[in-house]
Amino acid sequence: MRLQLTKLAYARSGDKGDTANIGLIALREVFYPLLVREVTVERVKRHFKGICKGEVERFELPNLSALNFLLHESLGGGGTLSLMTDAQGKTFSTALLRMVVEISNDEAVRFGLV
Amino acid sequence: MKEMIRIAAGQGFWGDLPEAPIRQVEGGPIDYLMLDYLAEVTMSIMQKQKARDPSAGFAKDFVPMMKRILPACVEKNIRVMANAGGVNVGGCANALREAARELGLAGKLQIGVVTGDDIMSRLDGMLDRGIELRNMDTDEPLATIRERVQSANVYLGARPMAEALNRGAQIVITGRVTDTGLTLAPMIHEFGWAADDWHRLAAGTIAGHIIECGAQASGGNCQYEWRSIPNLADVGFAIVEASPDGTFVVTKHEGTGGWVIIPSVKEQLVYEMGNPREYITPDCVADFTTVRLEYEGRDRVRVCEIEGRPATEFFKVSISYSAGFKSIGTLVYAWPDAYDKAKAADKILRARLDRLGLHFDQVLTEFVGVNATHGLLAGEPRGDLPEVQLRVGVRSENRSAVVGFTKEIAPLILTGPPAVTGFAGGRPKVEEIVAYWPALIPKSEIVPRVDLIEV
Repeated sequence: MRLQLTKLAYARSGDKGDTANIGLIALREVFYPLLVREVTVERVKRHFKGICKGEVERFELPNLSALNFLLHESLGGGGTLSLMTDAQGKTFSTALLRMVVEISNDEAVRFGLV
Repeated sequence: MKEMIRIAAGQGFWGDLPEAPIRQVEGGPIDYLMLDYLAEVTMSIMQKQKARDPSAGFAKDFVPMMKRILPACVEKNIRVMANAGGVNVGGCANALREAARELGLAGKLQIGVVTGDDIMSRLDGMLDRGIELRNMDTDEPLATIRERVQSANVYLGARPMAEALNRGAQIVITGRVTDTGLTLAPMIHEFGWAADDWHRLAAGTIAGHIIECGAQASGGNCQYEWRSIPNLADVGFAIVEASPDGTFVVTKHEGTGGWVIIPSVKEQLVYEMGNPREYITPDCVADFTTVRLEYEGRDRVRVCEIEGRPATEFFKVSISYSAGFKSIGTLVYAWPDAYDKAKAADKILRARLDRLGLHFDQVLTEFVGVNATHGLLAGEPRGDLPEVQLRVGVRSENRSAVVGFTKEIAPLILTGPPAVTGFAGGRPKVEEIVAYWPALIPKSEIVPRVDLIEV
């Protein structure tokens, strides 16, 4: 069953120079393994194609049921160099939540997502 | 030793809610007020101010704000930590002393002045000695842009600020320090944490990270259930109740708006985060993957089990340098065909810039209302939008090219597609770009200095 990440997580993003960081936090602890499985570096890089011009890194924070993504070269130079409306990357959070992932029907039933 | 101290965030950045510090002082019991007045490139602005006027170079809003709360701070023994000193920490302290005397507080308090962060005058000597100050992102040596440098400041940690408190300062004013240090320093002072007490230093650092953005931990910019957040108009900025064992509670004043819940704290924890295991500060390396959050009551989240590792041998340096000029021009197109008209206007503008022979390092067009925030992810707009804002930015080393661009925006109103407005600003401003050059420097090169001034 296909599911938009908004059903599984919330997020906040920020900047570190020309890199946007996105913290993706599971809405419920039981969703965290789904995020770990589905929201991979490759998929995030594909999702942000044309926006993220560098590498994507992923870090796991199981204690917070969260993943942290770094999207390098995403902010048009970042800081004062950038011409972007969102030079600070503060709306990258919900851009990531647009991603659609796949969970099994069994999981959907088990987690009350049907 | 106190069993618990309350550290309140008063400003999350330079230009945060002006009333916030006053509300923190008046809204309930606090022991410390923490104020962040420096953005990344603020120092360059302050260097320019000092070059024009030697008594300037610090955050101007700080002293008038302090006048409003200083009597209450003295009466209730609230101590204030602020990096408002910029590149003239002594000047800021003097201005504050004058204001305090005007309030009849002569002899009632001491001001701590923390300096040693400003290495601008030492740069050439350092470069000569082979300290390259390579850019942490690009690895280029500073020498390649030396003549463009406008300011150079080391991020000092919590220790010098804690020393100022140890020596009796009621108000501690600094130049560049880590934001987290502003919160950690009171804990070191009150609880006597040693320089190698890595777990507790990490706990204080993470407490600082949670409250350093003011309301961003207490309902501001909170994505989780945002519609349910009560009364954001009166949002209470975050407060940390810190204990000697390194555990702490994140909360806010009773009766204020916003909320402190596990999701709001989690959102702030991951904000501006790199590798969570290695959050590097001058005082320690904090491990965010050890943080444990517990619900303790309404608007109370308990934080514990934090671990840390030894600090590194380096300070981070924030260097600012001139990097050309930029300008952003905007116009609003109304229904019908708003998006098509905005696109057509963009084409016309670019053709004219080409015809004038104006070249730029970058020209960026965005359509606000269509794709300015999420870009390609927004997809094509559905339906005939009520209005679209055309937003065009240019950047160039050549100031006159940017000036040329600014003169081409308003004319589009009479010489381009119809139903256009949103030009009340007239010609857009040309901004000098002051960019940020992060580097590392051996700690052995830096001697932080703490002075006390009697009011």
